[in-house]
Amino acid sequence: MTLSPLAVQVVNEASAGGPGGAVRLVWLTIALPLLGVVVNGALAFVRPRARALVSLVGPGVLLGAFAVSLAIFLELRAAPPEAPLIVTLWPWLHAGDLRIDIALQVDQLSAVMLLVVTGVGSLIHIYSVGYMGEDPGYARYFAYLNLFVAFMLILVLGANLPVLFIGWEGVGLCSYLLIGFWFTDKANADAGKKAFLANRVGDFGFLVAMFILWHTMGALDFVTVLSRAPAVLSAAAATWITLLLLLGCTGKSAQIPLYVWLPDAMAGPTPVSALIHAATMVTAGVYLVARTGVLFALAPATGLVTAGIGALTALFAATIGLRQYDIKKVLAYSTISQLGYMFLGVGVGAYTSGIFHLVTHAFFKALLFLGAGSVIHALHHAYHATHGHDDAQDMRNMGGLRRWLPVTCGLMWIATLAIAGVPPFAGFFSKDEILAAAFARGAEQPVYYAFYAMGAAAAFLTAVYMARLMAMTFHGTTRVGEAEQPHLHEAPVSMTGPLALLGALSLAGGLINLPAFAGGHEALDHWLEPVTRAATALHPLSLPTGSTEHALLGVAVALGVIGLWVGYRTTLGRPILPARAAPPDTGLARLLYHKYYVDEIYDALIVRPVVWLSDKVLWRVVDQGLVDGILVGGGVVGSRWLGRIGSRLQSGQVGLYVLLFLVGAIWVLRVILG
Amino acid sequence: MLLGPALGLSAVLFSLGVAGVVLRRNAIVLFMCVELMLNAVNLAFVAFAQVYGVGGYLMVFFVMTVAAAEAAVGLAIILAVFRHHQSIDLQNINLLHG
Repeated sequence: MTLSPLAVQVVNEASAGGPGGAVRLVWLTIALPLLGVVVNGALAFVRPRARALVSLVGPGVLLGAFAVSLAIFLELRAAPPEAPLIVTLWPWLHAGDLRIDIALQVDQLSAVMLLVVTGVGSLIHIYSVGYMGEDPGYARYFAYLNLFVAFMLILVLGANLPVLFIGWEGVGLCSYLLIGFWFTDKANADAGKKAFLANRVGDFGFLVAMFILWHTMGALDFVTVLSRAPAVLSAAAATWITLLLLLGCTGKSAQIPLYVWLPDAMAGPTPVSALIHAATMVTAGVYLVARTGVLFALAPATGLVTAGIGALTALFAATIGLRQYDIKKVLAYSTISQLGYMFLGVGVGAYTSGIFHLVTHAFFKALLFLGAGSVIHALHHAYHATHGHDDAQDMRNMGGLRRWLPVTCGLMWIATLAIAGVPPFAGFFSKDEILAAAFARGAEQPVYYAFYAMGAAAAFLTAVYMARLMAMTFHGTTRVGEAEQPHLHEAPVSMTGPLALLGALSLAGGLINLPAFAGGHEALDHWLEPVTRAATALHPLSLPTGSTEHALLGVAVALGVIGLWVGYRTTLGRPILPARAAPPDTGLARLLYHKYYVDEIYDALIVRPVVWLSDKVLWRVVDQGLVDGILVGGGVVGSRWLGRIGSRLQSGQVGLYVLLFLVGAIWVLRVILG
Repeated sequence: MLLGPALGLSAVLFSLGVAGVVLRRNAIVLFMCVELMLNAVNLAFVAFAQVYGVGGYLMVFFVMTVAAAEAAVGLAIILAVFRHHQSIDLQNINLLHG
């Protein structure tokens, strides 16, 4: 297998000079993490205790990939190509009219994703050195994490849907492996299985979408599909394809109805939650919609469904987040809710806004998860030292941690302000853009006003539950036991360092697409313009300006600030009992704590019937009755019966043999003679 | 020429041989019946040789040679069987029954 690019095809001759050195090396970004997989995987088998080498290789390969990504980005910035640059590595499936190559696509969108995945990925890898340092599966952990990054890069770089699908499945596999990383606990293994199965449902949609696309267009690479689709694809076909793609996205990106796996996925190590289940993998669906934006623009109905699912998910998950006690569960529902925003964005056709929120969310949500990890790490150590058995993730056992974890607390406040949409933090600009876009679409179809209202309500709730999280964790009187308190300490530099960098990014991330009213010139909009141009031309969107824009901004900021105040005051306004002493919730709080009983409903409507069908029908009737009983058992009875008849002829009497021989001979003679 | 009667006699002799092999139980008799069948065939060959040329005679010599060899081997087998079973009744020698 050769990894050197066989050909770099310049699709658009107009792009000056063709791709230079860095773009040709794009395969390195995938190959480097794969090298890490090989080295760390081998070490996991032969030398599980070689921590120093693992700590060097694991984050090292990611930093290398980040350097290459940066070089590619700088090269694209120096000479922005009008059309994607395709690096064809080797032919893959050539059969009949089907021409699928292992090809990578470098354009403005994949460059952004490259930077996010390798950049945030590097920080989380470095953080993991501190967080996972004492785990016996250290080498295995980094092997999985490197593998994830390799697949994620295949996903964002794939130049056609099948290659993207390799990455799509690969990240799902790594997600499964890392959710169940501590697989000796059955709950963790079950959570991994749940994620895998929920994603299978989505993948079915993705696959069928690819089949239809191949059937109707005869091509699967993005350049051909997206350029020809407006002329070739009928509205019905586009609607079906995009709806099925959307089904895939709801699985991967944890949207209604397939979001249920993400909260359970928090069973994995916290850096995994930050990298896979907040910053990168779960945003793959948003990326896919942005990538195939032309198809979605051709199917307005799907756009409506996408935006509706996004708005509904944003609001729905935010309400659940209000009443969770597990710090990671709050963040998980927050992630689902923020992903809903992104889908609202790409659903209304504001692809840049969706990607913008994807980027800023990667910054502040990774920071929140890693900060939560730092809190859990500290509490876990304290409980370990005192042999306590309390839940290190339950916020009812925290409180007042600001005293011991000042750095984490400060940085998490930055992320909280960012996610709540307080200017000038990163989340403000991206969330505001999405809401403004939804509002603008309302002029065409009033239902989008409802989506805007749901998004705005979710923004308010986001601020509330984040303030509640911060208040319960870091403020008020501490609920950590007297015995544990001396053991609490701030995380090591390998953990706080990445946190600080993410804090800076959460603070300043909005600069990459600073809108005009804030004195910027919408850099990301212009950067992504060559990618989104075709889709926005089909379905143009004019964002509100002037007084409307200012009114929307005012509403957004007011919602965020009031939400934070409400959340903070209501949380600290009454005493909080430690988890073991707390009474069970009642009323609405109980409904929210139990996540609207959606898991139970799914269990009753889908899981149990499937199990019943498998057990009572497929196993007992089909397998035991039909296959084992009639087919296998029947064959045995039949051959035994034939054998009995046959053995009667074997009497041992020579005379009978001769007689039979004679009969046979006469019969043969008859046949021969006539 | 006596082709017709000669072939008829040959057929009768062959049938007698077959009937003996099928019906009789004594190994020696059975053996003799096989010889009878061989000789019935010989008779047919000779009769045909009258009409179609000397090839038939040639065949007869082959058959007689084989019959002689068969007699030697067959009698030896019958002797061995008798030593083992103290009988040459083929009805008792049925170890291969299914």
